[in-house]
Amino acid sequence: MTDETNNTGPTIVKPKGLFAALEIDTRLMGMIGAFIVIALVFQIWTGINAQGLTGDIAWNPFSWLIDGRFLTPRNIFNLTIQTVSVAIMATGMVFVIVTRHIDLSVGSLLATCSAMMAVVQTVVAPNWLGLGLENPMIAPLAIVVGLITGAAIGAFHGYLIGYLTIPAFIVTLGGLFVWRNVAWHLTGGQTIGPLDANFQLFGGINGTLGVTWSWIFGLLAVAVAVYGLFSARRQRLSHEFSVKPVWAEATIAAVISVVILGFVAVLNSYEVPTRRLARLFEDRGEIMPEGFTTGYGLPISVLLLIVVVVGMTVLATRTRLGRYIYATGGNPEAAQLAGIRTRLLTVKIFLIVGLLCAISAVVASARQTFHSNDIGTLDELRVIAAAVIGGTALAGGVGTIYGAVLGALIMQSLQSGMAMVGVDAPYQNIVVGVVLVLAVWIDIVYRKRTGS
Amino acid sequence: MSDKIERTGKPLIEMCNMQKAFGGIRAVDGVSIDLYPGEVVGVLGHNGAGKSVLMKMLSGAIQRDAGEIYVNGELAEINNPRDARSYQIETIYQYLALADNLDASSNLFLGRELTTPLGFVNDALMEAETRKIMGRLTPNFRRFHTPVAGLSGGQRQSVAISRAVYFNAKILIMDEPTAALGVQETKMVVDLVDELKKQGIGILLIDHDIHQVKTLCDRANVMKNGKLVGTVVVDEVTEDDMLGMIIAGKCPPGGIPGPGAINSDNAAA
Ligand SMILES: Nc1ncnc2c1ncn2[C@@H]1O[C@H](COP(=O)(O)OP(=O)(O)OP(=O)(O)O)[C@@H](O)[C@H]1O
Ligand SMILES: [Mg+2]
Repeated sequence: MTDETNNTGPTIVKPKGLFAALEIDTRLMGMIGAFIVIALVFQIWTGINAQGLTGDIAWNPFSWLIDGRFLTPRNIFNLTIQTVSVAIMATGMVFVIVTRHIDLSVGSLLATCSAMMAVVQTVVAPNWLGLGLENPMIAPLAIVVGLITGAAIGAFHGYLIGYLTIPAFIVTLGGLFVWRNVAWHLTGGQTIGPLDANFQLFGGINGTLGVTWSWIFGLLAVAVAVYGLFSARRQRLSHEFSVKPVWAEATIAAVISVVILGFVAVLNSYEVPTRRLARLFEDRGEIMPEGFTTGYGLPISVLLLIVVVVGMTVLATRTRLGRYIYATGGNPEAAQLAGIRTRLLTVKIFLIVGLLCAISAVVASARQTFHSNDIGTLDELRVIAAAVIGGTALAGGVGTIYGAVLGALIMQSLQSGMAMVGVDAPYQNIVVGVVLVLAVWIDIVYRKRTGS
Repeated sequence: MSDKIERTGKPLIEMCNMQKAFGGIRAVDGVSIDLYPGEVVGVLGHNGAGKSVLMKMLSGAIQRDAGEIYVNGELAEINNPRDARSYQIETIYQYLALADNLDASSNLFLGRELTTPLGFVNDALMEAETRKIMGRLTPNFRRFHTPVAGLSGGQRQSVAISRAVYFNAKILIMDEPTAALGVQETKMVVDLVDELKKQGIGILLIDHDIHQVKTLCDRANVMKNGKLVGTVVVDEVTEDDMLGMIIAGKCPPGGIPGPGAINSDNAAA
């Protein structure tokens, strides 16, 4: 962290370098940089591969970039929907690790929530409640049951950890075994599907906002972001603190706007295949106009992730609960002496994780359109890795929500990219493992350098 | 301290027969002390005498085994730090009790954050308040956005002191508040103690510096091996008398001997 050199008086603007004036979080820049490097490497690699298939490889890096398949709307679309489930849980894992705990049970918890929701959709709703196929009440009912399940199990874990003082490692290691097999028991070991059509909207490709709504969402997001920057600046000015120069603020706003709208534009330009479109029109009893095309736009699951990320970030940085989570992670004894109920706090944290597992369970099972026994297997490790790659320190007290999401995205990019260029799964895992250790080492070096 | 203290009304704090044992160690054994408004009362003793444990029972950080605490003459229920805060008892802990990963203002307001009308933490307002209060103690302090782990010992101490002073304490517990401070900062704390005293705040001060205790305190309690040796009015005894209390457990004439005093000396006196 750079040291603030302002004092109690009104603004003193000193000439600063570009980056200093923008006051950009260098760790964030590092992660975005890593992501960009990964994306470019796979773009070029897939470009070379594509040219190799046609026979003649042009010795021109620009043509490789253009022919690459990694940075296509289709792949970016797939990458985001594959990241959602792990990313949602990773935001919760940040709170767990920040308070010096660990949660090994998230994958199993996801499975139990998924099983509960599948059973509600296929057994409880039709057989017990008499709700017919595609009844609009089925999906909300299933989701509510899933959320309650996740919250209850999470809170129970938190109680064992906070009040009975059993180490989180042990409680959640037990949970890893228990909930995976409770899920098996609930479904009798069966794969259950297909899930309710409305429920499947949360899975990704089967539920997108469409072009118009995606643009509306993008513009709203830009408005909110700019307003946020503006009101933060106004608040600092009202206390006579130093603020960034206007041009720096404007640059940041511009960058944010371009990123948001660019993301929307890319997702909008992934076109729905004509056959699928024709079927959609058919279902509505209409005939597709000749030459009609449209893009998928923002998947509802990605929207869900965005809502979760914004909510968790607000929780972490703007609420007392968040402040207490970080304080407890930094010094549990100090937190207690400051009157914070650290045991109750532990229950709340694990309850939040349980809720997030349930949300991830909605996305994961909707994406595969059925519940299976192995759903979420090994997710606990992916989630922990995402949080840690994102800069969450196992020593506690340090970690950001956006970091965890970027960590999840980086891991997913690595895995998808390697799959695209034909690296076998075992080698993929070797690379991911090495990257995890490397990322933590770089973070340690970074922290030592900056003394933070 | 030459100002006369009224000790006829109800004491601000009265701790009676406080007990705390850790396993076999009787850390605090039947200690009774009191404190009046506008008074600075020292608590002295060798390392491990039980001073911090006694204070932590008052601040709710440690649950006592036995004993009663009266605030303004009324029996007080103090079982955790929140209870103590509700009686306006504030504490500067010996090891400061700061969350190292948070900045000065987050630490200052920890557990009592200022919020916006919507219930979100108001960081800008808290920072402004922190700048005001810290400005009084360490005018040179600038590092408001650094985690306190990156501050010097004295700066950290200033954060802890600011936190205790900011919230209108009636009773202030200071466990070696000047241990890490420079000459200038120590002087500021001494001035601060005088100012708080004038406002009628009662202060319990733990300090190993007998000279400082002589200048700052009105009365002093000496503990030895968990027991109270005695209570003296500092102006009525010499520094040597106080040393004798700490080292040998002898309560000087004029002092009120406690259960830890050596009896034969009392008889002789
Ligand atoms: N949490 C604890 N668990 C076990 N023993 C403790 C605990 N806290 C204090 N003690 C013991 O109680 C006794 C009194 O400790 P205390 O911290 O009150 O000493 P002190 O008078 O403050 O000493 P110092 O001047 O070194 O700060 C010591 O023997 C110490 O080992
Ligand atoms: Mg002590």
